Amino acid sequence: MTEEPKDTCDVIGSQKTNPSRDKDLAPYIKIKVLFFARARDLTGSTELCLEMPDGSTARDCMNKLLIEFPNLREIYNSMVLALNEEYAPESTILRNKDELAIIPPISGG
Amino acid sequence: MDSKEIGSGSSGADLLREIERLRAEKEELESRIHLLEAQIKPRGAAEDKSGSCSLSSLSCSQMNGATISCLSPEMIHRYSRHLLLPDFGVEGQLKLSKSSILVVGAGGLGSPVAMYLVACGVGCLGIVDSDIVELNNLHRQIIHTEAYAGQSKVKSAASSCHAINSSVKLVEHREALQAVNALDIVSKYDIVVDATDNLPSRYMISDCCVLLDKPLVSGAALGLEGQLTVYNYNGGPCYRCLFPTPPPSAACQRCSDSGVLGVVPGVIGCLQALEAIKVASAVKIRGRSPACLICGENAAFTREIFQSFDYENFTQSPMSDKSSEKLNLIPESSRITAIPKSMNIPLSNLEDKLSTIHSALKQAAQDSGKCASLFVVCRRGNDSQRAVDYLSKNGFPLAKDISSEKLNLIPESSRITGKEYNEIVNTGEPHVLVDVRPVHHFKIAAIPKSMNIPLSNLEDKLSTIHSALKQAAQDSGKCASLFVVCRRGNDSQRAVDYLSKNGFPLAKDIVGGLQSWSQDVDHTFPSY
Ligand SMILES: [Zn+2]
Repeated sequence: MTEEPKDTCDVIGSQKTNPSRDKDLAPYIKIKVLFFARARDLTGSTELCLEMPDGSTARDCMNKLLIEFPNLREIYNSMVLALNEEYAPESTILRNKDELAIIPPISGG
Repeated sequence: MDSKEIGSGSSGADLLREIERLRAEKEELESRIHLLEAQIKPRGAAEDKSGSCSLSSLSCSQMNGATISCLSPEMIHRYSRHLLLPDFGVEGQLKLSKSSILVVGAGGLGSPVAMYLVACGVGCLGIVDSDIVELNNLHRQIIHTEAYAGQSKVKSAASSCHAINSSVKLVEHREALQAVNALDIVSKYDIVVDATDNLPSRYMISDCCVLLDKPLVSGAALGLEGQLTVYNYNGGPCYRCLFPTPPPSAACQRCSDSGVLGVVPGVIGCLQALEAIKVASAVKIRGRSPACLICGENAAFTREIFQSFDYENFTQSPMSDKSSEKLNLIPESSRITAIPKSMNIPLSNLEDKLSTIHSALKQAAQDSGKCASLFVVCRRGNDSQRAVDYLSKNGFPLAKDISSEKLNLIPESSRITGKEYNEIVNTGEPHVLVDVRPVHHFKIAAIPKSMNIPLSNLEDKLSTIHSALKQAAQDSGKCASLFVVCRRGNDSQRAVDYLSKNGFPLAKDIVGGLQSWSQDVDHTFPSY
């Protein structure tokens, strides 16, 4: 079920560590990442913001998340990605303010 | 029907016998009604008894009062609100009434699916399930009623469906859908609805639908979340296109382990019913994966491979809680490490190994000259609880579950039984009872006057316990004792262990927790 929309979310990215970088020289995009089901259990959050270099793919995003949350590996081989509410392959290039959802299968009934 | 006055002096056994007799009578009457109804309905007359769902007899020419619309007056009246819908209309209703749909699973998802499909006027509904109705199903499996507790879910579901719409043909498959029988059963239907609760079934059903080219409406629900997908339809993907690799079993919890809010499968099941109706009345969806082993371009998946495919092994998880024997999951993990002298009987084999346990207990008793106790252990304490539950109902009423890593955490002197604690309460001995379960457990039920300090907070709440003890001592003028209780008696040991090392050397835990309390002392205390 959907969470209440939030204007702000936790930011993971280079801004924290490198606040003085020049945006014109290294353009960055902001990606909102949503975690569902087991992905939420493993990361402990429902959503967060990721700063990625312009031109990054969904796979680049995943790689960054796997460094941040190593235990996401548990579901990495059995999950689908949805970009702006549509299934998308990992090779998809992301744009600023895209919403990337990580969806592992659930099996209950 | 003649009624019989039941005297107030009747014993419980008499009443039970009478209920049994009336039930049998009711069943007999119901089956006669079914037979007679079948004779009235034109389409019922030609029905075969093979459990197939062919609806050839539903063709327009044979319909009573056939008009251009081909809907009988009864149908027009009954489904008028459907017919008023411009996008559905007569055409949609007719297509729906000629379609046959198989619902796999008569549980939380299958309940609304079956009820809505039948209410909406599907031609034929098949229901597959091997489970029986249990009271702890009813909070979400709304097709079942208390009266059917202990009976087949399929029978119960069919009875509810019949009560909703007696014009729908119902086919009862009181068996588990497995690779060996799936081709046979599924081939008789136009559309399949996956309303199961486990991963191996999901792969098996999807593969089967690819082989037979049936659209599959799949739903899943757990906790507060649900998923809905239509597979193998209009060039869309199959389950394996999306999830070629099964997740590790840890990533796929079951409702029986993790819980589920009753309405959630209800919502998903309703959406499944909607999608099934959309497919049936032909009212779109991601492309299939060319690399998919099942439905892709180079797929070489045959019926023979399907039937011998081991879905439980593939997904490393069982198809049912009462899992089949061949499953080799538990032994593997228990080979990694085991408590010395423990004997390994996988939960899946327990049923067949009762005599082995019996002999072992006898041997232990002979060797020691004393009565031997029976303990059960597993990895995390869930399966051992299931085993103890089963054992207690099958000749081993005293079997006890232990948590693997803390066998004898605290000495006997730091423990009391529920009965002993009850004595303390009855004699008014001053004490404080700390319940260390999580808050949401405590809210389900708790022993009166117990105070809830979850084990995870214990460290920060020592002063609270201290004050409570002081208060109890002041009130009584005597020294107050400290007792700890939890659900099953494991966490309370951990708590007592911690307390004894942190200023409360006399803390005691209640053996077996609230489960024993409910068994031995207060039978009205709910077990959950
Ligand atoms: Zn596929």
